[in-house]
Amino acid sequence: MREITVAQAINEALAEEMALNPEVYVFGEDIGDFGGCFGVTAGLKKKFPDRVMDTPISETGIMGLAAGGAYMGLKMVPEIMFSDFIGVAMDYLLNQVSKSRYMGGMLPKGDVCGLVLRVPNGAGLTAAAQHSQCTEALLMNIPGLKIAIPSTPHDYKGMLKYAIRGSDPVVFFEHKMLYGVKGPVPDEDYVVPFCSADVKREGNDVTVIATQMMVHKSLAAAEKLAKEGISVEVVDPRSLKPLDSDTIISSVKKTGRVVLVSEAPVFGNALAEVGLQIAERAMHDLKAAPLRVCGPNRPIPFTPVLEKQWIVSEEDIINGIKKVLE
Amino acid sequence: MKVSNDDLIKLYGNMWLIRMFEQRAADLFAKGALPGFIHLGIGQEAFMAGTHYSIKPGDSVGTSHREHGLLLLLGITPDALMAELYGKVTGSNKGKGGSMHACLPENGALGCNGILGSAQTIINGYGFAHKVRNTGNIAVTIFGDGAANRGDVHEGMNLASVMNLPVVFIIVDNGYGISMSSKNSSVVTDLSARAAGYGMPGVTADGNDVLAVIEATSEAFKRAREGGGPSVVEFKTYRHRGHFEGDPTPYRSKEELEMWMKKDPILRLEKILLDRSVINEKQMKDIKAEQMAIVDAAQKFAEESPYPEGSEGYGDVFYEYEGRD
Ligand SMILES: Cc1ncc(C[n+]2csc(CCOP(=O)(O)OP(=O)(O)O)c2C)c(N)n1
Ligand SMILES: [Mg+2]
Repeated sequence: MREITVAQAINEALAEEMALNPEVYVFGEDIGDFGGCFGVTAGLKKKFPDRVMDTPISETGIMGLAAGGAYMGLKMVPEIMFSDFIGVAMDYLLNQVSKSRYMGGMLPKGDVCGLVLRVPNGAGLTAAAQHSQCTEALLMNIPGLKIAIPSTPHDYKGMLKYAIRGSDPVVFFEHKMLYGVKGPVPDEDYVVPFCSADVKREGNDVTVIATQMMVHKSLAAAEKLAKEGISVEVVDPRSLKPLDSDTIISSVKKTGRVVLVSEAPVFGNALAEVGLQIAERAMHDLKAAPLRVCGPNRPIPFTPVLEKQWIVSEEDIINGIKKVLE
Repeated sequence: MKVSNDDLIKLYGNMWLIRMFEQRAADLFAKGALPGFIHLGIGQEAFMAGTHYSIKPGDSVGTSHREHGLLLLLGITPDALMAELYGKVTGSNKGKGGSMHACLPENGALGCNGILGSAQTIINGYGFAHKVRNTGNIAVTIFGDGAANRGDVHEGMNLASVMNLPVVFIIVDNGYGISMSSKNSSVVTDLSARAAGYGMPGVTADGNDVLAVIEATSEAFKRAREGGGPSVVEFKTYRHRGHFEGDPTPYRSKEELEMWMKKDPILRLEKILLDRSVINEKQMKDIKAEQMAIVDAAQKFAEESPYPEGSEGYGDVFYEYEGRD
């Protein structure tokens, strides 16, 4: 199978869905001729000059445009340049698109709210504390919002296409350090549904539940541990909301041990919800207490030495796995 | 803008419908029959009826929290609106929205946004849809002197202008945002002046004169329909009631209220109707009786309607994976 990068996978997903549906609109800051800060939308404006739109620096304006258009049945795919900036437009996630169908407000009844907000996530570019965060946990407590958090080119493409064809508001987190990562992606049309956690590697001794960049680091850790005779299963939830807890629970029941790996700060981390669901549903299958290997509860420092120390490493994951096996 | 005698009579009936509906809501709220809190538009009927006058089928109209009245004119039945205020399942939103979120999007009655300022960016999405679909329709957003100070409003106005969207921003300066006088929340006397900052036209009109309202809105709506882009229309008016029912209004004087009561928009239209001999006192009485009967029926309908089943509280969240967390 051909191999492409995450950035290419996203670009293809956008182009294909725009070609399929003349009411898909992609817009945001510097995403047109400039191709986006990370080059993800490169060439898209040439293909769809009227439907790829550069906006002023107006995060609330962008989200309002997206919400209203989606309520009218258009497929709105805005980008906010960094996931750190969602705070600026938080109202639209917290009170608008997530509530409109329920309250019966704004949204034509029984109709759709096709809105997919793309946001680059994560540390690794020495961009300091306001351009490096993983902000998915902020959105966990908002009923009515879907959260995609994929890790491979295959999943990025399939989930983005699925989200654009869907009818609910989605926040689609793209990890910046994954944009250049390659992986197999089929030529033919396919989608990856939400609520379908994926076992990225099978194993018997311990379950690692990891998201985005940490899926790759966990897989590398598992590879090393295999040489020491430790068999690690790596599960990628792929969507945090809705969450496929069944796949997670059956893995944990099989291995009896679990490590939760996320780049975001440990306190109130999105995976804490996963941990508690495991406690509720598989407590008696556990041979050891669940362990979190997550980012420190501190802002992300600028200088490369400190940033490197801040980000969860392969070694941290290996140590965590060994700890739950003790 | 010439308004026919028949239309003047319709406007008069509409304004009475609004006043009587609102007065009934006030009475019911005082009796404890209505849950939550409600904001009433008594005293502001002229701007609602006059704005509605130039709305066409297919237009999208977002109201503020004080515009039950405009929702009625846009087609939410008095029965469905009253039932919604009661929290009954027969309400416009099955009792899940209430006073603030009652709406009928199919009719372009988008309802109010509980978060002041957000509707003024969202309206651009409606305007954008009308533009790219070539519907010839417009999107209108109505908000107060208080909401006008939110940052989102400015992003919304700028974006509407940059994208040349068929959007009209209607600012209703009724003197206060809760207790904050509009004189103290902006140093600009006419908030329509802000339009200039976004390169669009802005006018201020007497919001208690239904004919002046029609003049201002019809021009702005026409411009938007013809591809001339967004604009701002501001109305000066006054709310006779407190911010919400139960507000003791310590921030305003009796004299001020009395001064505005003399400018009551319904009395002013009555004077026009009598001066022009459009209708006589007897016909006026009949019109009032007609509207009163509608409101009586709405109250009865709402009172006799059931509350939603418990299961209703869990639905309408996701379109796909409904019921999943
Ligand atoms: C973002 C936000 N801030 C504050 C409020 C609380 N609030 C509701 S109505 C209101 C006053 C609004 O005044 P104005 O916009 O002039 O409208 P009016 O009530 O006079 O019709 C306030 C402060 C809110 N709903 N949303
Ligand atoms: Mg006000």
